Amino acid sequence: MNKVAIIDFESGNLFSVFHACKLLGLDPVITHDETEVLTADGVILPGVGAFADAMQHLEKSGMTQAITTYIETGKPFLGICLGLQLLLDESEEFGETKGLGLIRGKVRKFQFESNVKIPHVGWSKLQKAGQSWSKTLFSQLHEGDYMYFVHSFYADPFNKEDIIANAEYEGKTFCAAIRKNNIFATQFHPEKSGTCGLKILESFAVEVKNGN
Amino acid sequence: MKNIRIIARLDIKGPNLVKGIHLEGLRVLGSPEDFAQYYYENGADELIYQDVVASLYERNSLKEMITATAKKIFIPLTVGGGIRTIEDMRQVLRAGADKVCVNTAAIKNPEIIKTASRIFGSSTIVAGVEAIKQSDGRYLAYSDNGREESGLEVKEWVVRLAEMGAGEILLTSVDSEGTGEGFNNELVKNIAGLVSIPVMAHGGAGRKEHVKQVIEHHADAVVIAGMFHYARLREGVEQLAGEQEEGNYEFIRKRIQSKAYAEAVSIIDLKNYLSQQGIACRI
Repeated sequence: MNKVAIIDFESGNLFSVFHACKLLGLDPVITHDETEVLTADGVILPGVGAFADAMQHLEKSGMTQAITTYIETGKPFLGICLGLQLLLDESEEFGETKGLGLIRGKVRKFQFESNVKIPHVGWSKLQKAGQSWSKTLFSQLHEGDYMYFVHSFYADPFNKEDIIANAEYEGKTFCAAIRKNNIFATQFHPEKSGTCGLKILESFAVEVKNGN
Repeated sequence: MKNIRIIARLDIKGPNLVKGIHLEGLRVLGSPEDFAQYYYENGADELIYQDVVASLYERNSLKEMITATAKKIFIPLTVGGGIRTIEDMRQVLRAGADKVCVNTAAIKNPEIIKTASRIFGSSTIVAGVEAIKQSDGRYLAYSDNGREESGLEVKEWVVRLAEMGAGEILLTSVDSEGTGEGFNNELVKNIAGLVSIPVMAHGGAGRKEHVKQVIEHHADAVVIAGMFHYARLREGVEQLAGEQEEGNYEFIRKRIQSKAYAEAVSIIDLKNYLSQQGIACRI
């Protein structure tokens, strides 16, 4: 069975990602061990919580280097929620914090003039952006499919062609997913987005099994 | 635009799904996992499991239930009831919950919200607020399913909870809960405007129109039990009717009707209605 390393933040709710992987015939392991990550057939970087804390965790456990090295192998990589934001150069959460720098750009806080609720908690429709969905993790999706989001910050990639889908909240269009070579990342939670979300993980499982 | 979340709430006692009035007077409706699966397939945006007697009994059966549910249902699951410590939260999250709802523990020690949101992330921490209107018109926060008065005024308490790092407020009007006479729109409107975090309105849904009204009073999400439970039971009875003799079906149907204080409305029917009324929701 194909091993998927789910990178551990010690945050406690990796259960759904883990079980979705099992359901799809993968062999998930929750880990922050370098060898586990480098020998995996797929890597998932999940994450809830604060950007700075997460970066600290990753650095302390040697994961920043492991993730970068893993991605250079060209094997499938999936970032979820904070796991998308961490890929960028920096975040404006708590001042300026450096990210993994694998995607050029910055993580910004939602700014609204009127009293809009933040975090954005709930379901938004996917819109096509920068690149085609065919032969990607979105190949089974349709524009307008709903996904579940929980976030106060959003990624603002420098190269707009890195954005594969947008979504909208209270009139603000933001980056919902990124794709660059073997890096795929979603601002929403595919593991919490019902059958549409599972289709993404299903496509990820196929990529992991095929080794691309 | 924002899509309003429609959330099914399941009150749980031991292995059973129960429903009460004013959070008390419970009766058994069936298996929580079966109802949860049905609501997932019927378009629920989230689920809430509330362990209504958790402080009195041991918790292993709840954890097993969370795990069984989270293995099959891929939408957010919030679990509340009897969560007293950071360790309780960790266990419920490890079992498969996505968020924990805390009320009594926060009243006893508000710092727990701050600690919990730092450890698990704000988006994981839902603050439950049980409001009861006083004779002088103020709303006070209660704990232990509306039994214990905290002395805290709701409009001050929710601001404090938000400052402490709660990610959402689950606002229950204990006066309205289980009546089917409509949400407490006045309360929801007042509270939703005080905090920048989402407010989920709970208690009193009896008809589709009630849901529309509370959304117009700025609820960010709507939490419903009875209306959905009755729709599920009605469907079960109709299925049964195909297999059973006419008289037996009539008997069960009448029992459901005599018990019901709310219209039987399925999640998808409610969402179609809201959508026709110009309210955005996921269909």
